[in-house]
Amino acid sequence: MTDIRLDRAPGDRPVLTTFEESESSGTLIYTIGLVLAAVLTAMSFWVANTTVLWAPGIPLGLAVLAIAQMGVHLVFFLHITSGPDNTNNVLALAFGVLIVILVVAGSQWIMANLNENMMPGPELMNLQMQR
Amino acid sequence: MSLLGKLTWSAVPFDQPIVMGASAGMVLGIGFVLSWITLKGYWPYLWRAWITSVDHKRIGVMYCVLGLLMLLRGFSDAIMMRAQQAVAAGGAQGYLPPEHFDQIFSAHGTIMIFFVAMPLVIGLMNFAVPLQLGIRDMAFPTLNSVALWLTASGILLTNMSLVIGEFAKTGWVAYPPLSELQFSPGVGVDYYLWSLQIAGIGTLMTGINFVTTILKTRAPGMGYMRMPVFCWTALASNLMIVAVFPILTATFAMLLLDRYLGFHFFSVDAGGNAMMYVNLFWTWGHPEVYILVLPAFGIYSEVSATFSGKPLFGYRSMVAATMVICVLSMMVWLHHFFTMGASASVNAIFGIASMIIAVPTGVKVFNWLFTMYGGRIRFEVPVLWTIGFMVTFVLGGLTGVLLAIPPVDWQVHNSVFLIAHFHHVIIPGVVFGAFAGCIYWFPKAFGFTLDERWGRRAFWCWFIGFHVAFMPLYAVGLMGMTRRLQHYDIASWQPWLQLAAVGVAIILAGITCHVIQLVVSIRNRQQLLALGDPWNGRTLEWSTTSPPPAWNFAILPHVTELDAFWEAKVRKQANPNQPVQAREYRAIEVPKNSPIGFINAFFAVVIGFALIWHIWWMAAFGLAGAFVTFLAFAFRNKDEGEIPADRIANFERRYQAEVVL
Amino acid sequence: MSIVAAVDGISPRDLPSASEAGPAPKRIVVAFGFWIFLLSDIVMFSALFAAYAVLVHATAGGPNGDALFNQTSAAIETACLLISSYACGLMTLSVGARNRPAIYLWAAVTFALGACFLGLELHEFAGMIARGATPQHSAFLSAFFTLIGCHGLHVTAGLIWLVVMMVQVAVLDLRASVERRLLCFALFWHALDIIWVWLFTVVYLMGVRP
Repeated sequence: MTDIRLDRAPGDRPVLTTFEESESSGTLIYTIGLVLAAVLTAMSFWVANTTVLWAPGIPLGLAVLAIAQMGVHLVFFLHITSGPDNTNNVLALAFGVLIVILVVAGSQWIMANLNENMMPGPELMNLQMQR
Repeated sequence: MSLLGKLTWSAVPFDQPIVMGASAGMVLGIGFVLSWITLKGYWPYLWRAWITSVDHKRIGVMYCVLGLLMLLRGFSDAIMMRAQQAVAAGGAQGYLPPEHFDQIFSAHGTIMIFFVAMPLVIGLMNFAVPLQLGIRDMAFPTLNSVALWLTASGILLTNMSLVIGEFAKTGWVAYPPLSELQFSPGVGVDYYLWSLQIAGIGTLMTGINFVTTILKTRAPGMGYMRMPVFCWTALASNLMIVAVFPILTATFAMLLLDRYLGFHFFSVDAGGNAMMYVNLFWTWGHPEVYILVLPAFGIYSEVSATFSGKPLFGYRSMVAATMVICVLSMMVWLHHFFTMGASASVNAIFGIASMIIAVPTGVKVFNWLFTMYGGRIRFEVPVLWTIGFMVTFVLGGLTGVLLAIPPVDWQVHNSVFLIAHFHHVIIPGVVFGAFAGCIYWFPKAFGFTLDERWGRRAFWCWFIGFHVAFMPLYAVGLMGMTRRLQHYDIASWQPWLQLAAVGVAIILAGITCHVIQLVVSIRNRQQLLALGDPWNGRTLEWSTTSPPPAWNFAILPHVTELDAFWEAKVRKQANPNQPVQAREYRAIEVPKNSPIGFINAFFAVVIGFALIWHIWWMAAFGLAGAFVTFLAFAFRNKDEGEIPADRIANFERRYQAEVVL
Repeated sequence: MSIVAAVDGISPRDLPSASEAGPAPKRIVVAFGFWIFLLSDIVMFSALFAAYAVLVHATAGGPNGDALFNQTSAAIETACLLISSYACGLMTLSVGARNRPAIYLWAAVTFALGACFLGLELHEFAGMIARGATPQHSAFLSAFFTLIGCHGLHVTAGLIWLVVMMVQVAVLDLRASVERRLLCFALFWHALDIIWVWLFTVVYLMGVRP
């Protein structure tokens, strides 16, 4: 059957071959993840509420922080790595992200375009008739 | 609040003779079959060997049976529509009132896409993929059974709408605002939505099952580039299922929330946006047609290679083209609503993308042609379907490229030109492919081939009938006829529609030939016996007996190249006197049969029916039942049974002669 | 030469890559299948997200996010779910170490924090409905309640699943199938937290401006 080094279940920790991973190092990984995620969350709340940043850049900043926090979850909680034993999992994730981007960005682009081309509301109709 | 929600005796359409006739026919037919099974005492066998089976081969056959049965129902709808349109010209109203006609064209589309094409394609993939991959079953056999029976639940609910209540009158796409409660206050749209939500869960499970099986459980040595092309197309198709069916689930959920709880996703007031439904629906809808056609393309690849006696031309470019189609098909969906009002720049981008997707399809067509070129072609019936497909599909695809040009589409959108186009690609693509696949793998599944004469007759009737039925629609579409017309005033359209009706009659002859083929083949099965390799095949499924044992392969094959079975036959022919290696058989673990799929489906029908008719206590009961069933499954003590080694050894000894190697 | 050969007769050296190594062990197969399911679930959320993004300004003259959302509540909910995810990670470690009391302890912490999250969310919904900001009021509110509500339903399903899993640990002990299911639960729970990151960012933080 497959050697465990060739392939790894998503969510499983990488198994070190030279020695059994101790429980404390496992706890350490989760704790680092928790701290990083908490810091990123706090930063997000700050960015959303501060006045020192240029307002139009705030949504982008929030998105970047969300992507970073997603990365923290994937690496520290779900143990996703770029190693060859994780290739299938990473490819599947990338495929999922592609679909999400297509659906969300594609729908927003199309719907914005459609809405723009809709007829104006009743208050703007027949402007030439208004006295 | 009544105990039975909205359900009353007025739900049964006693005042509509055609519907009552059809319902009576259906109920009597089902009753007859059930009685026959009971009288013959087949229930224990059916329950043990089929209904509770988790074997991919059995599940595949059951999917195909469902699909073929529903083909009869969907085709009856087609006959009724063509008959109506052939006579309802000028002042004539035909024999179908508008409310009924609307349900017929809605049911026709829904049934053909969801309950004919999907089950046929999924059934063929279920049967063949594990055998081609050299393994014993799918990654999740019990999930497979659950998925099958959920599809059957959706089918049952849709057919119940004929007898109790009504079906949607909105077309198979159910656009709001028409599908909102305000304009469709009856239960028709609810039948549509719940049937498809339930079946959709099953399809999603199938997608997960196949992706995992193909990526994680192939036979040893079968690297990606040694996989049969059918498995590649199955992978692409199921990746798309996983990617897009959740969008349909979400979209239908939003429409259901609008209808049941008064939400405003797609309503005409309070900020709802009906165009968003169209957008999200087709984000699912376009990949869906590729989900259907890619496995059919895979079947054509297998058939053309096998019956030409040559390896498939351009294996790598086939794989590349398949995966390119997989990705590109999710970037073209706006071409289904060019006329909804997007600006020219947006329309142009999606139009160009739609034309680009014809390129990998063209690569595939050329590869099939080059496969056949220089080969010794045996014109068995699957090859007839393949050649018929190539000729017809290319023309249909060309009309698609035409429609991909937004200004052209503005002229013919929602006309019968569009109807002609999509039938011109789906029928040769998916339906012919399903027929080819069924005939190709039938001997493997049942141990005897299908009668060839009736198979040829069926093909020619379908091929000629299809053209006679649909080519006139191009003409009358260009003359301005829109789709879904219950009657029309322009007399010059009528001859074309009458010709189309003749075409449908010829297709009916084709279907009749298929039925006769089945009856004759079963009757003559002793003369039509097939051993393991009736077609001189190239892939691993032909290395087993016909039908294969439950465990498929006593010892998993170790694969060292593409077309592993063919290469092994070549090697054996070169060294005929090499002694057969003594094999040591070991006991094989097999998953236990389980009634969970069937019981779960029962509760799914209860839940669906209850929600449709607003019988809330029944819905709660159904949910509780499904949950308890699941718990019973989760807590069962033994997940697997075991087939002892000597039983395997006996089988292998007895059927040694049948297997080439 | 026959194409069939006993699998064990082939040494790992002759199976150089994962793609040629044959069927993967059941743990990997099950977890990967669940991973694919999670990706499909995320696609479903993305459709609801897309609907929300399109309808976020369709307030029909009613209240918008700025008027309705309470950032403090969102922050507490985020903390609950994040620490719950952490507790789930510690539960996973306990399963690996086969430390049964720790498994039950961390499962209880996971459950409690998840239940707090749900409670806060229901409280928020109740408050909005009491103020007349019902999902029937406008398309924006329909989209909001559906998106957040769908996540809440998933959390509820997760909590039920967690209880069932603890009963399974008690009744069936840590057999292989139970361990696989616990791995799947952990995947599910962490994925829900990832989705929540996007939810609170897009809905609560981007929806409320200073």
